This record gives sequence, C-alpha cells and structure tokens, in this order.
Amino acid sequence: MGQQTQAVDLSERRGAGGAPPAVSLRGITKRFPAVLANDAVDFEAAPGEVHALLGENGAGKSTLSNILTGLYRPDEGEIWLYGERVDFHSPRDAIDAGVAMVHQHFRLVVPFTVAENVVLGDHRREGSSFLVHQRAIERRVGELSKRYGMHVDPRARIWQLSLGEQQRVEILKALYHEAKILILDEPTAVLTPQESEVLFATLRSMAAEGRTVIFISHKLHEVKAVADRVTVLRGGKAIATTTMADATPRSLAALMVGREVDITRRREHGGEIGAAALELDELRAVGDRGGEALKGVALSVRTGEIVAVAGVAGNGQRELAETVTGMRPMTGGEVRVHGRPLRGGDAREAIGAGIAHVPEDRLGTGVAPSLSIGSNVVLKSYRRYPIARGPLLRLRAIRDHAADLIKRYDVRTSGPNAPARQLSGGNLQKVVLAREFSGNPRVLVVAAPTRGLDVAAIETVHAYLRDAAAAGVAVLLISEDLDEILALADRVAVMFDGEIVGEVDAETATVEEIGLLMAGVRERTP
Amino acid sequence: MIRIERRLEQPGWLNVAVPVGSLVLAFGLSALVLVATGHDPLQTFRRLIHAAFGGQAQLTETVVSATPLAFTGLCAAVAFRMQLFNIGGEGQLYMGAIAAAAAALLLHSLPMAIVIAAMVLAGAAGGGLYALVPGFLRAFLKTNEIITSLMLNYAAALILNYLIFDSQSYWRDTTTAEAKVFPQGKMLPDSAAWPSWTLHGLGLPLGFLLAIGLAATLWFLFSRTRFGFEVKVIGDSPRAATYAGMRTRRKILAVMALSGAVAGVGGASQDGDFRHLLDPRGLQQAGYGYAGIVIAALARYNPFAVVLIAFLLGGVQNAGFTLQGADFPSGLVGVMQGLILFSALGCELLVRYRIRLASRARRPVPEAAT
Repeated sequence: MGQQTQAVDLSERRGAGGAPPAVSLRGITKRFPAVLANDAVDFEAAPGEVHALLGENGAGKSTLSNILTGLYRPDEGEIWLYGERVDFHSPRDAIDAGVAMVHQHFRLVVPFTVAENVVLGDHRREGSSFLVHQRAIERRVGELSKRYGMHVDPRARIWQLSLGEQQRVEILKALYHEAKILILDEPTAVLTPQESEVLFATLRSMAAEGRTVIFISHKLHEVKAVADRVTVLRGGKAIATTTMADATPRSLAALMVGREVDITRRREHGGEIGAAALELDELRAVGDRGGEALKGVALSVRTGEIVAVAGVAGNGQRELAETVTGMRPMTGGEVRVHGRPLRGGDAREAIGAGIAHVPEDRLGTGVAPSLSIGSNVVLKSYRRYPIARGPLLRLRAIRDHAADLIKRYDVRTSGPNAPARQLSGGNLQKVVLAREFSGNPRVLVVAAPTRGLDVAAIETVHAYLRDAAAAGVAVLLISEDLDEILALADRVAVMFDGEIVGEVDAETATVEEIGLLMAGVRERTP
Repeated sequence: MIRIERRLEQPGWLNVAVPVGSLVLAFGLSALVLVATGHDPLQTFRRLIHAAFGGQAQLTETVVSATPLAFTGLCAAVAFRMQLFNIGGEGQLYMGAIAAAAAALLLHSLPMAIVIAAMVLAGAAGGGLYALVPGFLRAFLKTNEIITSLMLNYAAALILNYLIFDSQSYWRDTTTAEAKVFPQGKMLPDSAAWPSWTLHGLGLPLGFLLAIGLAATLWFLFSRTRFGFEVKVIGDSPRAATYAGMRTRRKILAVMALSGAVAGVGGASQDGDFRHLLDPRGLQQAGYGYAGIVIAALARYNPFAVVLIAFLLGGVQNAGFTLQGADFPSGLVGVMQGLILFSALGCELLVRYRIRLASRARRPVPEAAT
C-alpha cells in the first residue's frame, strides 16, 4: 500500500461490515517485450460503487482491464472477486465469473440484430439451445433496456444504430450475461455530451443495484461527474486511490501527470522571435471516421519560435499536422505561411510554401520503407535540379547527396543503398530530419519526434529542433510528452476535442495547468 | 509448429537458388506423374527440351510462342511495380488486336512502314484506353482493379466474338460465300505483314524485337526517371507518396494506360506478325494475358527477366504442341505445364518468406497498454 501516498485509503468504507470487495487485484505485474505495462498494481473496487481508473495513454489502464477480463494472464499477482481467488484462463472464465467489459471499439456483429448480438456467446440460457428462440430473446432484451432506460430496438440491426446506441447494446449484453462487474473503456469517446449524461445515469443506477462499475477515462470532468472513487495509474503503477470528495481536478491532474517536482525547463535556443510565419485561422477538417476532427483551430507560430501543441492522443493532433502539411483537405478556415494563404489538401503546395513535416509515423509515412536511404532523402527534392534534370534522375547526385547527409547527421548505416527499414528508430528520424532540413524550410511541423527513441537519440533530435528554431524556422511541435514540450517550447497550446482550449507560456506554465487543460477542464488562468 | 515469417533481408543468392530449386521440384513432381501414367520421365524430358530448344526450327517456334507472352508479361509487370494489379492483359491484348487490324484495313494503300507504325500506335491506344477504364475506377472510386480488369477481359472477348461471328462488321470477311458460312476476319493487306529477320537460322519476328525494345525502355523508365521514382514510392508506401506531394491518382491512370498499351502492342503483333487477320479463336485459345501475370510474378517485375521467362515458358508451350500425340495425351502436357508454374510460384514465396520449424507456437504478443 506504499504507493497510496497522499490519498486516503477508503477501501474499508463499504466493506466495513466485513463484506469483501467485489474486485481485488493484488500485486498485478504484466510485462510485454520492452514495456512493463503493469508494475505490482493493487486495485480494489467495492460492490455498489463506480470506480474510475484514470491515467494518461500508456499508463496501463487497458492492460489492467484486459487482465481482469481474462484476455491477458498476469505475470505476477492475484485476482480476487468477492473474497475468492480466481484464475482466468480465457475471457469466458471472466464472463462466467460476472466480469464484462465494454471495449472502446465495439465487439458487435454488424449485420446481426441487437437481440442476436446480445445472446452471442451465451451458453447458459436462451443462446445455448440449438434453435434460436427469437421472441424470448427479444422480449428479455426489451425488458432489460426498459429497466435501465437504454432505449434500443431489439430487432434493429447493428449497422442501423448510432455509436451511442451500439454502446447501449454492449452494456445490455453485459447485463444479459448477468455481469456484476462492468468495465467500460473510455465509454464517452464516441458519445455526445447528452448521450454521456444518459450513460452516467445508467451507470449510477447499475451501481445502486450493487453492481461494480469500473470506468476507464482520462477526462477529469467525467470522472468527477460519475465516480465514487478513483484510482490513478501512471507508468504502469497505481499511484493513488482516493474518494471523489477528497479530490479536485487539480490534484487529480497532478497525480495523473505526476511531475509536480522540478521540471527541466526549456533551454534557450537563442533564436530571434520574429513575425508570424505560420497562421491557422478557424481551421476545420474531417477525421478518418467521418466526424469533425478539427473544430476551428486558431494558432500562430512566429519565426524562431517553438510552439508546442499538447494533448491526449486522439484529440485532433494528428489531423492538425496532416491538415497544415496538406496531407488532409481542410473543410474550413485558412492556413497562411508568411501571410500567403494555402489552398490546402495538397502536400506539394505545402512543400512549395516551405512547410517541412516530420510525421508521427516515421516508417510508413516519413519514408518509403523498402526504398534505399538515397531514394528517401530525395523524396521531396526529386523534381528539381540538381536531383533531376528534366524528366531524368541524376543518380550520381542522389548518391552524393545521400552520402553527404549520412555523414553530416551521423546516420549509422551501411550506406546510401541500404533500405530505410533497416535503420533503427533514431537513425531513421535523423534521415527524416536531414531531408526536411535540407529543403531549407520556413515552417517545420513535427509530430511525436522522439516517440520510441532512446535517451541519446532524444537529445540529438531535440538539439536539431532547437537549431532549426535558432536558424529562424517556425517550429510547430505536436507531442504528448510533457517533458519534451517543456524542454523545447516557447509557448504551449493545449488541444482537446479538436480545439485549442488554452495557451500558456512555457516559462511560467505548470504541469498542473497543462494537465487540467489536457483533461478538458476549461479553467483559464488569469 | 510450422511458421512462415517474412524475411528481414533477402540475400541475393536466393534470387538464383529459388528459381533453380523450383525447376528441380517441378521436374520431380512431373516425373512422379509420368511414372504413374506409364511414361519414362527421362525420355519425356529429353523430348520436351529438344522440342523447345533443340534446334533452329524449334527455337524459332519458341520465339513465336514467347512473343505475346513477353508483351502480356511486361503489361503485368508495369502495373505490379506500383502494386496495381492489372489482371486485364488478356482483354487489353484483344482490344489492341482489334484496333491494329482496323488500322491495317483502313490504311492498306499506304507504304508498309506507315501501316506498321499505325498498327503499333493503334494497338497501344486500344489496349491503353481499355485499361484506363479500371484505372479511372481505381483512381477516383477506389474500386478494386483486380475485379474490374478481370471482368473486362470477358467483355473484350465478347466484343471480339461479336465483331467476327455475330455481325457484319468492318473486320469480318464477307466477300465469298464460304466466308459467310464460316465467319472469319478479313485478310490484312500485304503492307500490314510485319517483317522478320533471320539470325543464324533463328527467325526473329518484328514483334519479338519490339518486346525486347520495350523491356529496355521500361527498365530505363523505372530506374532512371522521375516517373519511375514516383511509381516505386507509390508502390512501396502510398502514404509516403502523398506525404511527398506525389499525385497518386494521375500516376494510377498513367501506369494503367502504359500497362494496357504494352498488352495492346502485343495484340497488334499478333495481327501483323502471325495471324494476318483478326482471329478471335486463336487469340482466346492461348490465354496469353493470364500467362503474362505468372511471368511477371516469376520475373519479379524485372522487364528483362520477363522476356527471358517468356522465352522459357514459350518453349514449354511450344514443346507441349509437339509432345502431344497418340501416346501422350494433351491433358498430360497441361499437367506438366501446370506443375512447372505451380512450383515456380510456390517457391517464389521462399524468396520473401522463410519457413521456420518452431517447437512451440508462441502466442502473438498483443499490443502493449494504451
């Protein structure tokens, strides 16, 4: 229990009468190659409570819930349900023990009806017989949906339903299977605020019946709205468990981000900050799944300045980078480079305007993996002299250019002919940076530039980004890593749900302040 | 447990060892079939090799069989370079043949050089335009080009039959009473007969030389030009191509048109080199387009290798005609050809993948926490 540092342990609260907790995870450890996803996690949830599991991406929330639902087996540790030790060999064991999960991406058979989906996997009642008792199933599903105020037609087919309705089907499925412990992974990600309200009411009524609801989220206001208690995970460890009454968004944000202590502050890069080089005005764009991913982003970056966009993944950062660099069409607003507006949706235009781009996905987007380093360093310059003359390529010029960059950026490789995919992450990033800098950019958009790199490579990449700013490039840094942001940025803009919800000066900003904004708490500090 | 996994590196010797190994395997399997059907395998192989490559006459026949295969092989290889699976070489070859025959009939009074040039251009246009149909669908509607180009093969075959058998078209010979009963195409004029050259007794038709020239041109296009560079990048990673500002759609159209044009010239060569009329039965019998796909895969999209493999497969095909007879049913010839293709394609897998015998199946490691 040593990890429950500053919070009050209230696991005794409901269990005071001697009733054991509904869920008790003891010392759960799960290792993946190169990642310690869960590190001796202790977790308890009582019957009749809504217990939130809060943490950043990669904090270990999903792994923990996958262990509780029998999808993974823990390397170490024990699972106890209602005072009995259990050992899950498969998800079915967990379902039989009354544990159900609503995944972020629904596990529904799209052409089937609601009723059919609900009985799927049932081997105890209606679903177990060879013949399908359509009527009986539909009646039961109808009863359940009425009782919990989740309206959905049992005979509708899944593809006819909205995402919110599909989620109700998942919950009905859990109720039908008589789940006593229900885990929901980021359930509001697909819901409108109104739908979220309805969901919260349902969850509360389920808890009132004595069920246990475990609610996974990284959004503080939701946790505040629905949970009785919250356990914060960070870096695979359970950092604290606290009642909502004792928690403020501020204290939770600090726990989640976890760096109240001294932070490495931005080192001066010595660039003269000048006029606005990149201006985004009410920028709008549609995401891959059709929803609006950018809802009017306004931001500007001046020459010699590093502006960071912070935020939890999936709040529009990827779409922002793609829209600014012309890889994704804009549906509204404007992107201007040194005052000149771009048509948008055309990477060649953006390149021509002097926008360099270090994409999040280095191997599939930043380089063509099977092609040589030589081909990849001319990926954007192959149209012009000296790389091309008319329609012909000058192979010698390509080779010389590649050899030069390999030497200048100290890329560890067997030579310009080696395929890009053989490079390590750090060396690959050097190739991408080398290419982007060699185009003499005016604006540099970098997304997650050090993800997956080792410490030495991170330092190198950071040094290059500082050099770029010092040379007068306007740098837009999109990152989820607050350490990185505070080490590099002059200004920090925080993105939430497709909008910039706040901008802070990196010199004076606190992690808490940024953390609150990242969690969608719009609380402007004066 | 047997596991098949992707090779991280492809050692160079594999490019030689695997084809040779697959040939050995093919002959091994064929030997089994031959023994089972009461034939002497060694004797049969000797006859097969002799019939394909045994002398100048045999080699000339092999070149004749290889010419259309080289065109359709190049057609497939061009598209495959960009991961564009044009299965429509067959139909594009028909359309090329139709267009080239029309050109020859229209321009019959002009000098030979002009007629031949017109036939080549018409063939290229016919095949290229026909390939643009799946090209457009793919580029603008993201329709799967495998399906559309394949289906258009049937459409092309029906058009071809209609022109000669079911209509009084411009291509059909209606001058004699006999021709009215047994429909056939109009004979092309003499000025449309493509020349051929003899080199040490080996006959080389113009079409074969054109195919070699095309192979060299395509090699240059792919390895030395901006166009080829873009095709390579798009083929390897469409996202990287978009990122680099390449116009992927235009490239799809261009590559499909080029691919179809190559097959179309193959159709023109059928008219000019060998058949001298629009011959629906002859064109459809051989399945040139489908063989071309196999050839492109075996050649690993290298244009020169396409010509070489077309020559070898042309030899097998040619030997098949010679071999079959009273003591050797044509079905058995087909079985042997099939086994050769089967083992060649099956072993092709080994260049890119390796087979590992593992004592225990390891569960795939799920993605770490989110």
